[in-house]
Parts: sequence; C-alpha cells; structure tokens
Amino acid sequence: MAYAEQAETEALHEPKSFLTKYIWSQDHKVIAIQYSLTALFVGVVAVVLSGLMRIQIGFPGTLAFMDASAYYQAMTMHGMIMVIYLLTALFLGGFGNYLIPLMVGARDMVFPYVNMLSYWFYLLAVVVLLSSFFVPGGPTGSGWTLYPPQSISQGTPGVEWGIVLMLVSLAIFIVAATMGGLNYVTTVLQARTHGMTLFRMPLSVWGIFMASIMALLAFPALFVSAVMMLFDKLLGTSFFMPAMISLGQQLDHQGGSPILFQHLFWFFGHPEVYIVALPAFGLVSDLISTHARKNIFGYRMMVWAIIAIGVLSFVVWAHHMYVSGMNPYFGFFFAVTTLIIAVPTALKVYNWVLTLWRGDIHLTVPMLFALAFIVTFLVGGLTGLFLGNVIVDIPLSDTYFVVAHFHMVMGVAPVLVVFGGLYHWFPKVTGRMLNDTLGKLHFWITFLGTYAIFFPMHYLGFQGMPRRYYAYENYAFIPQSAQELNAFITVIALIVGVSQLLFLFNLAWSVFKGKPAGSNPWGAASLEWQTPNTPPIHGNWGEKLPVVHRWAYDYSVPGIEQDFVPQTVSAEELEQMRQLSAGSRIADVKT
Amino acid sequence: MNRLLLRNADGADPGGSWNRDPEGIQSAAGAKRNQIAKTGLHLFLAVVSSLFLLFLIAFIARSQMADWLPLTEPLAPLANPWQLWLNSAFLVFSCIALQWSRMAARQARRDATVIGFALGGVFAIAFLMGQLWVWQQFVAWGYFVASNPANSFFYLLTGMHGLHLLGGLIAWSIIGAKFLHRVPLPQLSAKVGLCATYWHYLLGLWFVLFALLASTPQTYEAIARFCGLR
Repeated sequence: MAYAEQAETEALHEPKSFLTKYIWSQDHKVIAIQYSLTALFVGVVAVVLSGLMRIQIGFPGTLAFMDASAYYQAMTMHGMIMVIYLLTALFLGGFGNYLIPLMVGARDMVFPYVNMLSYWFYLLAVVVLLSSFFVPGGPTGSGWTLYPPQSISQGTPGVEWGIVLMLVSLAIFIVAATMGGLNYVTTVLQARTHGMTLFRMPLSVWGIFMASIMALLAFPALFVSAVMMLFDKLLGTSFFMPAMISLGQQLDHQGGSPILFQHLFWFFGHPEVYIVALPAFGLVSDLISTHARKNIFGYRMMVWAIIAIGVLSFVVWAHHMYVSGMNPYFGFFFAVTTLIIAVPTALKVYNWVLTLWRGDIHLTVPMLFALAFIVTFLVGGLTGLFLGNVIVDIPLSDTYFVVAHFHMVMGVAPVLVVFGGLYHWFPKVTGRMLNDTLGKLHFWITFLGTYAIFFPMHYLGFQGMPRRYYAYENYAFIPQSAQELNAFITVIALIVGVSQLLFLFNLAWSVFKGKPAGSNPWGAASLEWQTPNTPPIHGNWGEKLPVVHRWAYDYSVPGIEQDFVPQTVSAEELEQMRQLSAGSRIADVKT
Repeated sequence: MNRLLLRNADGADPGGSWNRDPEGIQSAAGAKRNQIAKTGLHLFLAVVSSLFLLFLIAFIARSQMADWLPLTEPLAPLANPWQLWLNSAFLVFSCIALQWSRMAARQARRDATVIGFALGGVFAIAFLMGQLWVWQQFVAWGYFVASNPANSFFYLLTGMHGLHLLGGLIAWSIIGAKFLHRVPLPQLSAKVGLCATYWHYLLGLWFVLFALLASTPQTYEAIARFCGLR
C-alpha cells in the first residue's frame, strides 16, 4: 500500500506552455517556489510593520501617522502575517511542497491539481488580507488573537471592513492549507518509492508530515471561530458577543461567550506553534546531521518525539488563557500538560547536541543558522517553562517578558531555520550557490541583532513594562532607563530589518550569478540530492524511480573513503565502496 | 502500525517507470490511483469530523447560557420536526441509490450504475431544497438567525452541512458529465464508490446534527456536564 508506482499516467500534467509551466503549474517544485516567494513578500510587509512599531516605541511621535489606531493595526497585521501567512505557508507550502516528493522519491504530489489550487487560494487569502490596508477604516487593530467582544465592537480600528476581511482571508487560507495538507499527508502515506519505509524518511519529512496532520485537525477550530464571529459581526448573532453597552448604547447582542472564542482560538493557536515548530525541528535535524558529517543521534527517538509533541500539543491550549478567568482547575491541568510536553521537546534538543558531539562540524552558513536555532530555541523554551506555570504567568502575562518569550521561540527560532533551509536547499532549487560572504554577514547581523532586540525585553518584562501600549512616555511607573533601552532595541531592530535586504539581494543575485553548485554540494545522503538533474526536471527522477536501501543519515561510515553514503546505495555497492577505499588506502601506504 | 509500511524493501523491483507500456500497467496504476484517492477522501472526512466536532462543542457550551430558547418547546418549529424527517428520508434514499450504483458498477452493469448515480444526486438535491424550505418556515414563524442562539446554530449547522453536500454535488456533476461522455465504466467505478462513501458520511453526520438540534435542554445539560462544560 505504501510503495508507489507512479507510472506514465502521472505525466498528464506535463507543462506545455509558459503559463502551465510557471503560472498555472501543477509541478510541486514550481508551486513550492510560488508559495515561498509569496510568503517572503508578505513577510517583508510584516517586517516593515514591525519597524514602524519599533520607531513608535523607541522614539514616540516621530511618525506623524502612527497614532494608537495605526499602532494596533500594525501590531495585528504583523502578528497574523508572521504566524500564518509567512511561517505556516513557507514551512508547509514552500519547504513541504519542494521536499516531500523529492525526499520520499515521488514524481510529484499525489493530487497535483489540488496542489495548484492550494497555492492560488493562498494567494487569494494574501490579497484579501492586504486589501484591508486600502479599505475605509483600514485593517483590524484588535490584536492578532482577534478576541471578541472588542474585535467587533465600535472603537476598535478596522471594525467595519478590516475585521471582516481578516476573517474571510483566514477562512480562505484554511481552505488552502487543507488542500495542501491533504496532499502532503497522502503523498507521504502513498507515494513513497521502493525501500523508503516510514523509518527511513528524513526527519524533515517527519516534521512536515506531522505538522500537516496537525494543521488538518487544528485549523478547523480557527475556521469555526472565524465563521461564528462573521455571523456575530454581519448577521447580528450572539455566539461570542455578551450583552454590552457601547458608546452609551445598549447593543442587540446578549448572552454570548467571549471565553468560548478564546478556547476555540487557542485550540487552533497552540497546535499552530508546533505546526511551525515541527517542520523547523525536522529541517534543523537534517542540517545538523549533514553539516556535522554525523548521523543524527537517536533517530527513532526523534521521530517518536515529533509524534508525541504533535499529540500533546492538542491538550495544552489553555495555558494561553490563565488570565482569562476560566476555571482555576483548568490552570492546574494545563500547567501539567505544558510541563509534560517539555520532555519530548528537551529530548530533541539533547539529541541535536549529541549529534554535534565529536562531529566533523562544518561552519557553513546553513550550519550557523542551525546552531543559532538550537541556542535560540533553548532560551525561548526555557522561558516557556516559566510561563507554563500559572503562578509565574499571571504577573508576567501582560509584560514584555511574554513578548520576548514568544518572539524567541516562535519568531526568531523558526525564522533562523527558514534561512538555514533556504541556504541549504537553494543549490538544489536553482543549481547555484548563494554567496557565502553575504550569507555569513547576514547570519551574524541577524543572530546577534535578534538577541540584542529580544534579550533586553525579558529584563523589561521583569521590570513590569506592560505590553500592548503604543507609547511609553509619561507613565510614572516606567523609568527613563526603560525608555532608553526601548530606543536601543529600536535602533537594533531597524538594523536587523534593513540587513534582510542583504539576503534578498543574495537570493536575486545568486539565481543568475551564483557559483554553479553541482548536484550535491554539501555531500548529503538524503534522496533529494540524488536526482539525475539539478535543478530537478519535471517528474524528478527520469526514467526510473530511485530505490532506497538505507536511512538518510549515513555519514562518516567507517571504512568508506567518501564521508557519506547516499540512500540509493545498496549493500553490494557499499561493499564495493569499502573495497575501493581499502585499495586506495593500501596504495597510499605503498607510495 | 502496518508492518507493510515499515518493511525493509532492499532489492525490490524499482518499478515506477515514467514511460512504461500502457497495456501492462494500466490496471496496477489505476488501482494505485484509486487507493490514493480513497486515502485522500478519508483524510478529508477526518478534517470535516474535526470541524463539526468543534461546532458541536461550541453548540453545547453556548446552550448552557441563560438566554438559550430551545427549538423543541411546544410552539417552537422543532416541536414536531416532520419536515426534517422528510428531508432525512430524501438523504437516506440518496445514499441507497448511490450504494446501489456502487454495487452495480462493481458488477460492470453500466445502466444500473447510471440510474443509481442519477437518482442519488436527484434525492440529494431534494434534500437541499427541503432544508431551504425548512429555513423558509423558520423565517415565516419569526425564528430569524439572530433572534436566539438556538436559531443561529440551527442555520449555521444545517448550512454548513448543506454546503458540504453541495460540494459533493459538484463532484457528482463532474462524474455525471463523464457518464454522459461515455467514459468507460471501469474508469468511473472507483469515483462512484468515493461519492457513495462521502454521501454515507454526510448521512451519518446529518443524523448526529438532527439528533442534537431536536434534543431537549436537559439533554444538552447532561452532555455539558459529561464534557465538563458546566
């Protein structure tokens, strides 16, 4: 049931014109590039928004247009774009689309037409979202969690059009993610090539596979809350809206439950953290193993940890709601589950470190990003242990400590993996290397810069600086020193933001002028590096699908001169390699 | 976990040719395609289950608020839900017709397959029309969507279910057009089967929704207590 024989019938969607090759393409590789470019574009928008917010916080009043409404609109759009439209789309739609068929030895996704539709729905969702910048009242400024009743109450920015466009855009995105997710999961289950057992799949595929399953089951919660809130907003129902007096007027709503929305939102929202994190875990495992020239430590443990994290992530959601006024016993339960989920997560961190232990570490740009991820994730994860406890979370909940925590663990850490992954797989996608010097410059500015931004925020949080304020001057309880630190953070944030242009320039320049990469520049063992053509052509594998004989982590195998053994090498071929290596060693000794 | 998924396939025939002889591979490739489509459908049904499960949890949670006016009160529209029973009968007939079509397709009886398939769609359309008729009755009796949360959920849940059936009817019409273009039965047999599976699922889902919508507040309270929502 698992080993696909995708035969000539699969060639039906072979592109015949420019339009079908590059625009309405059904090829997973083109769709992956479309997803990635769109996500990077919308990510740039979100970075610009964060720059505007930082200018306001660091130097209040500098930007004439940045009033409280504009600040909250920027904050809402920044958060939602980064979490959903950049990270989720890039990891699943970008990396997932490109890597799954190549890593499992398939010719394409199993439903190429649905895959194409998935991208176009995603693009539509992005267009609808961005269009809210141009409607009367602008985008919603209700915060990325969109909590009712304020998100659809008068006085909140974007209450007329912005919130409606946001909810519609989310619904469209969920349709896109579902179409994509069905493809990724079915492809992994049904289109693996001969010999590619589940426990021979690279951890990248495992991470994306599990994240896709979670997306399929968790996104409906966001869909349900979006639809019900649209009903409340447009049809006047009271699913979430309680009886309220707004601007001196008694509203028509009554009896609705805002906490019900919070439960639904976070039932999606917490798995969403791992929908982003699990692909990052998978990709970083492959980067570390390849660039440390060492097999991944505890492969099976890593797989089971991915599965355990995926399952547990569905029972921790209310640790985002300790201050919501829910039943205190819930707090006890969710604190316990939150601490339990730290166990498989910590196991992964240990295994990455143990993979590095006595490895032949090559400090390439992808490896630098991978190492930076481990450190950053560790910091973000540890502060997560603080916040997972009710007693610690309640005083810290509304402070910058939380901002620092989630940016480290959910923002910077996955973005470091995105960069590492792009530097690592760019040679396969384009056939050219990214510029190494620019890459290292980009890495050090980004890595040190993000630490300079978010480390001080922990301190500000402990000092009691509240989050969600649009200006911090003229508050007696916020000392001048905190404001100076805010200005420092803003300067660094602007530098880091602008330095991303280095990366974009490197991408654009290297596509045309980069050093030719060859088929396997990193000496990687996994299947995507064994394609007959680089970049892989339509159908990926030429005449015959590859046969897999081993896992993806045979590095530095004793007795073999070449320090990696591709997954396609059989036992007999391995023996020949061994004999050749022995022969060449004898020849060396004689000379 | 299935052992087949984990087996070591060293030395297996690579297969998967890009340009193999169509004569030899048609049935194997076709069977594989069907298996893939079946897996895709089952996954999709898992997504739909998650969606409706969350709607139902929201329903139960919201039903415990003081402003909930049950639709099953003596003068309320669902005190005697005969129209919903009638619509249910349409959906049951639709499923029976599609199941008959699936069985006929397996036995390579084209005419019976086509008749069953067409009847399945027609009864499904009748179900949807019936649901719209119920909505019209609700409006006529003053049970508007925003009047009360019980009404809101009635429109929401029946509407979502109807939209899923409408999606199924789009697939049904695409396959129907292939029947009209005399596409050979073996190529359509599996698709008819997928349609039938989807219809059976929606029938089961409808009965769950119907049971819930037509239940009394005491039942909601018992479920809420059981789920810790009260």
